[in-house]
Amino acid sequence: MPKINWTRKDLLGLEDLSKEEIELILDTAENFKEVSEREVKKVPALRGKTVVNLFFESSTRTKTSFELAAKRLSADVLSIAMQASSLSKGETFKDTAKNIEAMKIDIIIMRHAASGAPHMLSKSVAASVINAGDGSHEHPTQGLLDMFTMRQKKGKIQGLKVSIVGDITHSRVARSNIWGLTKLGAHVTVCGPRTLIPAGIEKLGVRITYNIHEAIKDADVINILRIQNERQQKGLFPSIREYVNRFGINRDVLKGAKKDLIIMHPGPINRGVELTPEVADGPSSVILEQVTNGIAVRMAALYLIAGRREQ
Amino acid sequence: MGLIEKAKILDKTAMDKALVRIAHEILEKNKGIGDLAVIGIKNRGEYLARRIAEHIKRIGGAGVPVGALDITLYRDDLTQVAEQPVVKGTDIEFDISGKCVILVDDVLFTGRTIRCALSELIDFGRPKNIQLAVLVDRGHRELPIRADYVGKNVPTSLDEAVEVKLEEVDKVDEVLICQK
Repeated sequence: MPKINWTRKDLLGLEDLSKEEIELILDTAENFKEVSEREVKKVPALRGKTVVNLFFESSTRTKTSFELAAKRLSADVLSIAMQASSLSKGETFKDTAKNIEAMKIDIIIMRHAASGAPHMLSKSVAASVINAGDGSHEHPTQGLLDMFTMRQKKGKIQGLKVSIVGDITHSRVARSNIWGLTKLGAHVTVCGPRTLIPAGIEKLGVRITYNIHEAIKDADVINILRIQNERQQKGLFPSIREYVNRFGINRDVLKGAKKDLIIMHPGPINRGVELTPEVADGPSSVILEQVTNGIAVRMAALYLIAGRREQ
Repeated sequence: MGLIEKAKILDKTAMDKALVRIAHEILEKNKGIGDLAVIGIKNRGEYLARRIAEHIKRIGGAGVPVGALDITLYRDDLTQVAEQPVVKGTDIEFDISGKCVILVDDVLFTGRTIRCALSELIDFGRPKNIQLAVLVDRGHRELPIRADYVGKNVPTSLDEAVEVKLEEVDKVDEVLICQK
């Protein structure tokens, strides 16, 4: 394996990364898993570094995961929950950036409802920026932990058939999955109601189907996205019940699936909507393993960025 | 990387002899196998640890637990070395508390690697004691650290490099002194 160094200041999305960079993060994460199994779950690698969680949008899983990842590397972590409503972008962003600079911070982990917000921040600060989800654009560490889990369960990504089911249009998880998976040679299918599949998505190298049975047949992995109830007001599908009937994943729908199919979901789960409890808690589900793997992947990202080499 | 070979200080036979002697010394000093455990520092220390453990088993008549330690995350020079250090993972599947841990590495030089290894080991538990075995001691210590078992003492200058090659990774057993 040719060894490459991590040279980027930021981790903003998987669209920008090369196959080798993605593999470097996944390989590094492999060896971080064991740290969380130790009795003393802490190594001194990032001692003296300061990491700030800057979340302009609510999050439990991702914020906790980043916080634990940073703490297990001995970094000092500060989590700030900001109310998006009290901020007008632009002006406030620059102020936030200046304040962060002034406090000598090394890494900013940022979530924002606006696509591209972390990219904007990264240009105005010397600190590294990790995108923890920007609007409907990207959620790179989720994409990475999904790929990490697939690789762990299936041995490799190359040639894997992955179906992403649900609201593709509004999903940053779907986009990061698509960028990463196609770069590593997986065959990706997206499935959902026509109104929730963006026009032109096939240009990213994915197959589209509006039939859930088509998406399940032959798939090695199904990554199920959350249906946000708030979308219903936009009238993008007639009712939750109709969605459940046509796209909900239950035991019956899975009858036509491969025996070794794995079921993934980025969380939080809407039980009874995008998937039934018996599927979520069933033997094919790796949903909680995704959460465990998330810490290792985020430790790897923090470690590589903190120790990056100038080109 | 522009290393010129100057001398071969150990060949396969000499290396084997050195490791057998270290195994004998370990058993003698610890009065048998008792609470022994052998932990090698990755990469090459891991293979040396396995070889020493095999000799201990053959001579002492019982196996000892073997582990591997990756000190990357305990280094004090993460951003200073030219190549970004690769995280390789630690692999210790037994409780080290109460054990006499034999820490194994290929070359003892500044002592900084051993300092990292000691910090990491202590995070894994409270061993009864920790002893150090190295294949080559080349001098130039920067910390107050010494080895309990040494395969070969080799005086070197700072513009020389000691290269340990092992069959497991390099397809040959030998130790070379090279000019940088």
